[in-house]
Amino acid sequence: MSPRDARPEEPAAAVGSVEVVQSVEPETAAPAAPARPGTHFHISRRKQGDPKPHFQNFEIEVEPGATVLDALLQIRRRHDPSLVVRHSCMHAACGTCGVRINGREALACDTKLATLPTHKPIKVEPLANQRPVADLATDMVDFYARLDAAAMPLLRASETAGGATPPENIKAFARFENCIECGLCLSACPIARTNHDYIGPAALAAAARVVEEPRRHDLGPVLALAAEPDSAWRCRDAIECTAVCPSSVDPARALLTLRRHVAANGARRFLARR
Amino acid sequence: MTTNDRPGDGGRPEPAPTEKVRPPRPKRARSSAVARSVAAAASIAAPEPVAPPAPAPHVLIIGGGGTGGALAHDLALRGLRVTLVERGEVTSGSTGKHHGLLHSGARYATTDRAAAIDCITENKILRRICPGSFEENDGLFVALTDEDVEFEKQFVEACWLCAVPTKRLGREAALRMEPGLNPNLRFAYQVPDATMDAMRVPLRFMATARRNGADIRPFTEVVAVTMTGRTVSGVRVRDHAAGRDYEIGADIVVNAAGPWAARVASLAGVNVPVVASPGVLVAVRGRHVNMVVNRLHAPGDGDIVLPQRLRTVVGTSSWIADDPDELAVRAADVELIVRESAALVPAVARAEVTATWSAARPLVQAPVPAARKRVATRREAATAPAAPAPAGAGRGLARDLRCFDHATDATPTEGFVTIAGGKATTLRAMAEAAADVVCSKLGLALPCRTTDVVLLPHSAWYSA
Repeated sequence: MSPRDARPEEPAAAVGSVEVVQSVEPETAAPAAPARPGTHFHISRRKQGDPKPHFQNFEIEVEPGATVLDALLQIRRRHDPSLVVRHSCMHAACGTCGVRINGREALACDTKLATLPTHKPIKVEPLANQRPVADLATDMVDFYARLDAAAMPLLRASETAGGATPPENIKAFARFENCIECGLCLSACPIARTNHDYIGPAALAAAARVVEEPRRHDLGPVLALAAEPDSAWRCRDAIECTAVCPSSVDPARALLTLRRHVAANGARRFLARR
Repeated sequence: MTTNDRPGDGGRPEPAPTEKVRPPRPKRARSSAVARSVAAAASIAAPEPVAPPAPAPHVLIIGGGGTGGALAHDLALRGLRVTLVERGEVTSGSTGKHHGLLHSGARYATTDRAAAIDCITENKILRRICPGSFEENDGLFVALTDEDVEFEKQFVEACWLCAVPTKRLGREAALRMEPGLNPNLRFAYQVPDATMDAMRVPLRFMATARRNGADIRPFTEVVAVTMTGRTVSGVRVRDHAAGRDYEIGADIVVNAAGPWAARVASLAGVNVPVVASPGVLVAVRGRHVNMVVNRLHAPGDGDIVLPQRLRTVVGTSSWIADDPDELAVRAADVELIVRESAALVPAVARAEVTATWSAARPLVQAPVPAARKRVATRREAATAPAAPAPAGAGRGLARDLRCFDHATDATPTEGFVTIAGGKATTLRAMAEAAADVVCSKLGLALPCRTTDVVLLPHSAWYSA
């Protein structure tokens, strides 16, 4: 447990990308939990209309226990209000604050600064394989188009956990669904980088979930989708999706399950035709 | 196909046949599944707005939280032209950060009867218009101590007066229903609380509003309110995504900035008695309860424990902050919250803390109008003129929604309305109160239709 210090944060100096200005040492440092001095950030910046992104450096003082999102919001509040970053819940439930931190996909709110190396600036970039909005924000339209293709409404209807039977007169225990729709897997996927029609890990995991727990749904369309060229068979088993998933969805394992069902379904249909 | 035919984003209702979701296509069609899905999402029918008076008046909403989103939906349904601006991502203020609790009203029944009635009313409406967005898991109010036992009579009577249904459970029955509870509990009351996704319920309002023509612009910060004399004529905004400033004209500007309402109002030279009252919340790893667990006592710190997917969220505390942007996560509060909630659900004490954060409630620092004390109709009470603000702090304040038409201020300002207070559960009611004021100022008799219109799923917000 690492609660942040209640003490108001000390002022810190922002630095531009050209000159590095040493921040002024605050006179009243907290004796018990001193702020980690001078954390350096290397942040990707791009406004709409810019041909390509550039990096800007910031040096700020952060509270012990602070997350990357805390630091980004502190930069936005005190140094550059124009920094565009998506966020909402602050506890890895909403999936909005996905970025690449030192080249690796992660939720900014779920990444403590103390877990990152200190010898180099912390590099923060927007998610890949998605349309840029500005700075660190990307548009999730393509991600949701893929999820909807994998029959999101069916997935949602199958959310209720089998193992938790609600007592009499309670309608449902639901939301055991792990996927928080953050898009980290799509960003990390090497296939999605080169093939924009590839349906991607989250959607395949969603399809696998529907197939594994069909309830009373017709699985035909979901299996047909998975059998398409840019779907379950396009994956080359890089397993990056499972490595970056902040919510233990394990799309790679789900994909293997899905392939088994697709193959069995294909064989059944082939035999039925004969 | 109407929205009623489409399963919700967590839909337990009868799902539509899959063909409706993804229409079949001829063999060897060139379009990808993704392209088809985009086309299918665009074809979801939204409820028709009423015929607008021509030309429809333009309302500009400041603030993309639950209230602003619900207001955009309400006004768009009434046929008005709507633009909403939000300085960050939508729901990035207080809205996304709350527990994710759909209140039954039981928590407020003993301290704020009007708020409790609003909660149970809206609880029923939201379940109807957001099918699938709620875990219909109910809540428990758990008595642990002699003081809690003494509180029982007051609690039950207050819930009865507010029409919040309660059911008494003995110790064994409560433990059967929720095995994660402290086994030393005395008894519990079951109430129709529920858990929800703090971001995705407001997104459904915004998705539906946009489908009906509302223009919702995230990353667009209001830097000035443009005025002609004491009449507000629009706003000047900074588009952080494009890096440029521009003006938006409006017939009426509505300030729905939550705990930032006083700061936004000051841009128009208007005083609004809204303060930021933050509370600390803590998320721990593991799903230690399946129901919303409350302590059976007057609302206090660390007395709500609820499940969010595979984590458990506990909270909260309460104080008054000077600046809603600079919210400390007070270490003492974290300890207090974990200790108090562990008294209800012992597993919380042993669980790994995965996140601690603060969220600011927008509290109206004005005495409840006399009409409100009689439990008047929501509209009458919400629009009653405010009396001068007294000093107050935290939980002592009325938590009610209030709508200020600044044309009735001591120094009148025309064309400017503030909606403030309330809770996440009452977002639709806040929107209705504000939209009624807006329509009455515009001289339009357009009825509110949001109680019956089923909202689009949250994923529709992200459709191209």
